Amino acid sequence: MKILSINFLSCAIKACKSSSDSFPLHAKDAELVQDEIELNPDMIINVLPRLDWAALRTTSSELGFPQLPEQPPTPFELKADETLLKDLHHLLLETQISEGKLVCGNCGHEYAIKEGIANFLLPSHLV
Amino acid sequence: MLPTPDTSHVPYERVYEPAEDSYLLLDTLSSETEKTFLHEAFPDAAPLVVEVGTGSGVVISFVHAHAKTIFGSSQVLTAGVDMNAFACRATVATAAKAQLDNPDSYGMYLGSCMGDLTAPWRDGAIDVLIFNPPYVPTPEMPARPEAFTADDLADAAKPSFDDDSYLLALSYAGGRDGMETTDRLVESLPRILSRRGCAYLLLCAQNKPDEVRRRIEGFGPEWRTLMARSSGKQAGWEKLQVVRIWRDFAAVE
Ligand SMILES: C[S@@+](CC[C@H](N)C(=O)[O-])C[C@H]1O[C@@H](n2cnc3c(N)ncnc32)[C@H](O)[C@@H]1O
Repeated sequence: MKILSINFLSCAIKACKSSSDSFPLHAKDAELVQDEIELNPDMIINVLPRLDWAALRTTSSELGFPQLPEQPPTPFELKADETLLKDLHHLLLETQISEGKLVCGNCGHEYAIKEGIANFLLPSHLV
Repeated sequence: MLPTPDTSHVPYERVYEPAEDSYLLLDTLSSETEKTFLHEAFPDAAPLVVEVGTGSGVVISFVHAHAKTIFGSSQVLTAGVDMNAFACRATVATAAKAQLDNPDSYGMYLGSCMGDLTAPWRDGAIDVLIFNPPYVPTPEMPARPEAFTADDLADAAKPSFDDDSYLLALSYAGGRDGMETTDRLVESLPRILSRRGCAYLLLCAQNKPDEVRRRIEGFGPEWRTLMARSSGKQAGWEKLQVVRIWRDFAAVE
């Protein structure tokens, strides 16, 4: 699963949805794989307005990627900043988590990732 | 007609094989009316398309592979969810193949996860939700075998016969009116769809589609539904149909 997914996922437990701590899920023991994908600035520019920037900064630093600026760039700034474009492209689109866990900051539940597929099915006592 | 993704690698003894319902969704999404609707609904920021219950992955891979034709832009994010681990694995492979086969039009496939309906997604995250549900009326919902191991990908090399029967039942058995799973999905729509979001839901005649549509329109004055496509009438009934669900805020302001 691509790192970008983490910006759209949250804890599957209903009671956690309303807590700001259930997003983003925290990546733990993550094994990363890289695909080489041709840089497409339009893709990054069109994804930018959909991102929760603060959550992305958290994910990025948890996975050991270079620190992102505190404020999201404007599309105009991004177009002019090739380093940031490349960093975002690499982080969001080229990197996949193949093994590891996603952990909810509210309830502590751990969702396992195997072969790049995260398992959000809950044991019956949590449904 | 746009080419259908290759699913020849999918283990059909435990994953739903593409059928008339799957193809009706492909026809719907590539129809002129829906292309026009989608072009206009998502002119800018990349939409997130999530298919619930991907099975073989034929539908979400079709959207991924033909993003540019369907949305007018290849800046389209796609993702899938299924309760069946083998369906998730199959979908990853189907999406990868479809991308290779359509180098000029594919979008960005983010991956698939295991989960119950939309539970893994953040509120308001989904722009286009697609669901071909287990819609056949059955006396009861499938029960998970006691010794079920097939949701742990690592240990699931050889699911038992019972596991396979359960996984196949999951793909069609809808309980009362064939609606027990679809009802839960419908209830989640107001929470899960983005403001500009829409959904494509496949229903069969026994699901009482008119009632389902009325219920959705009862969510609020901005809610709209439309029969986007049907498989044609049988004994006076539309056997299968795809309903498009969306909100029109401009009309109520
Ligand atoms: C009718 S099949 C559709 C498969 C595929 N989308 C197609 O059109 O060919 C329904 C799929 O939904 C999945 N499913 C059933 N209940 C589900 C649930 N509660 N959450 C997620 N997926 C579910 C089944 O495993 C199955 O793959």
